[in-house]
Amino acid sequence: MATHHLAQVNIATLRYPLDGPELAGFVAQLEPINALADAAPGFVWRLQTEDGDATAIRPFDDERVMVNLSVWSSLETLRAFVYASRHLGVMRHRRAWFTRVADPYLALWWVPAGTIPTVAEAKRRLQVLASSGPTPAAFTFRDPFPEPAGASR
Amino acid sequence: MAAMDGAPTDRDLAAIGLLQDPVRRALYEHVVAAGGEVSRNQAAEAAGVGRGLAAFHLDKLVEVGLLEATFRRLSERRGPGAGRPAKLYRRAAGEVAASLPPRTYETAAHLLAETVEQTGADLELQAAARRAGVRAGRRQPREGGPAVERLLAARGYEPYRDGAALRLRNCPFANLSGEFPVLVCAMNLSLIEGLLEGVGEPPGRAVMDPAPGRCCVAITSKDNQD
Repeated sequence: MATHHLAQVNIATLRYPLDGPELAGFVAQLEPINALADAAPGFVWRLQTEDGDATAIRPFDDERVMVNLSVWSSLETLRAFVYASRHLGVMRHRRAWFTRVADPYLALWWVPAGTIPTVAEAKRRLQVLASSGPTPAAFTFRDPFPEPAGASR
Repeated sequence: MAAMDGAPTDRDLAAIGLLQDPVRRALYEHVVAAGGEVSRNQAAEAAGVGRGLAAFHLDKLVEVGLLEATFRRLSERRGPGAGRPAKLYRRAAGEVAASLPPRTYETAAHLLAETVEQTGADLELQAAARRAGVRAGRRQPREGGPAVERLLAARGYEPYRDGAALRLRNCPFANLSGEFPVLVCAMNLSLIEGLLEGVGEPPGRAVMDPAPGRCCVAITSKDNQD
């Protein structure tokens, strides 16, 4: 058993209201893609409300900003879900649904296995990445850091 | 990371030179087309040469980085009497590229991709790729078998039949799609949609179907246009 899990946060700014026709394609994919994540190898946890997704959680001053927060057993399993599953086909439309905001929009960090990050913590990790660049405290897919020592694998 | 970021190395030139030999070329192409691990016997049979000669040439191809060798037992038997593991060959992950005079398109491509990513111009890139695909598809001669398959083969996708679908063994943009997967795989899908449209096929036959070890796009037998 790995002693650490990988937490990921990414934020996206809606171009149009979530209940409008422009976002209908995104909304239609929420359930199937979340189900795909839940069943994906290495999936541990994701932030969700009783609706089954996190679209109602708007933790920034700009209420168009949505947050996606999840925990995975490893970088490889998260990468496989994000870039090598049907999820990739959905992300093709990201710029039709979301505006490109200032970097960074995604941060990764290791958490002790069994712990779940909070939204406040995730916001802080994004700030750390913005101010310090990729470090073990907050990094990216392109500049990853290994699981902290003490791992048994 | 970028294979083609300067003058060709001695190793690149040696690798390309090696493929001039028809036997080595046949062995290399057999291993590539197999899409997985190939034994000496299989490769020898396909190339129509003896096992010893095949082994010699296969090991030469490993030496210059065109193939990779692994050892694995082919039978289920274990322990004494199981025999020693067979030497198996597959295409090496690395790239061999040479351009004379030196051209560094790879560097340019990474910078351009980074800029498109930063500015969020995904949709503009997809539209450009679609147009480029349509143009290339329209230029494709109609005679000589399924146009899409020939076009994809000519563009290095290495298409192969998988039931009713056509899958693509090679990603022609591998380094770039590794670094900018969302951007580049979407560009690739738009390009292939354009190729289909250009040869008069429904663009909706192209779908995103990523899996390790192959291109993210597959061509289905039916139109999936949503």
